[in-house]
Amino acid sequence: MRYIEPHAHMVSRVTDDYQRMALAGCEAVCEPAFWAGFDRSTVEGFHDYFSQLTEHEPKRAAKFGVKHFCWLCINSKEAEDVKLAEEVIALVPKFLDRPNVLGIGEIGLNKNSRNEMRVLEMQVDLAARCKQLILVHTPHLEDKLKGTRLILDVLKNDKRIRPERCIIDHVEEHTVEMVLDAGMWAGMTIYPETKCTPARAIDILETYGKERLWLNSACDWGISDPLAVPKTALEMKRRGHLAGAVEKVIFQNPKNFLGQCRNFVL
Amino acid sequence: MTRQQVLDLYFLDARHKLIDIAAFLDRVQRSEGKDDFRIKAFRSALTKLNGGKKQKAKDVLLAFSDLSKKPIEKAGMKGAIGAAKP
Repeated sequence: MRYIEPHAHMVSRVTDDYQRMALAGCEAVCEPAFWAGFDRSTVEGFHDYFSQLTEHEPKRAAKFGVKHFCWLCINSKEAEDVKLAEEVIALVPKFLDRPNVLGIGEIGLNKNSRNEMRVLEMQVDLAARCKQLILVHTPHLEDKLKGTRLILDVLKNDKRIRPERCIIDHVEEHTVEMVLDAGMWAGMTIYPETKCTPARAIDILETYGKERLWLNSACDWGISDPLAVPKTALEMKRRGHLAGAVEKVIFQNPKNFLGQCRNFVL
Repeated sequence: MTRQQVLDLYFLDARHKLIDIAAFLDRVQRSEGKDDFRIKAFRSALTKLNGGKKQKAKDVLLAFSDLSKKPIEKAGMKGAIGAAKP
């Protein structure tokens, strides 16, 4: 069973996880730039992180036959320091021509603050100017509905942005419809406590269809499962979904979206 | 899937989770102190489980959500709590 993991923070995972993912059929893993659990204090720190995403992680993944791709940005959790954010955003274009870069992400909102909005708008502008795909993080828990609405407004208000080139991640039952209605892609994240379960993700697929939806684990330094996608695929089979339908969700859909970036070659 | 198939696959898991929720509510009731906005939101969310609407999961999520529309001035904390502060 081949699959693509469209959202995993492999810098925070041990090498055993690459092995397990390869054994489970992972052909490619895509890693958005994220918050490391602490605030980086300088633009040089981000330079090193982007180097890690574009140089070191692809080599670690290649040892297990897994292709590694990445997204670049400053995460919304680090957006309150707007001056630092501006410096990081100015740094990103220097990395965009690296062969495993997919686009700008995971941008978005965290607590839905004014500074987070400013930094989001700057990064949407960057993506538009540099003609990059966009991957968006929607806020956690009680902040998700409000944040998703604010994010969609920003994207819709920029006429340079094509909705089919945007993936809005971590959707749940109360946000998925507005994302799909906007013509964008929606990512369902299988993650303990704060996001979807396999059963709920499949409920969403059965309710809204299998177009413009993907599954991911968003595994990171928290308690999370890098095998969440193949486990959800097994759950689909348990419910009687045919192999072709499963492959569409876990392989073809990510391939179709990510294939809009010329760097995404398997 | 037929309803029978849904029940065959998920009844035991859902039963387990329902008992866990009931035990949580017992635990809250046994404990000293006042309710806060989280347990009030939880009790409101529970009411969404009744009735014939086919979007109970969505309604539960909405019961915990911040329904305001304007950005806040400044992010005071990075984490989320699980229910919207009134």
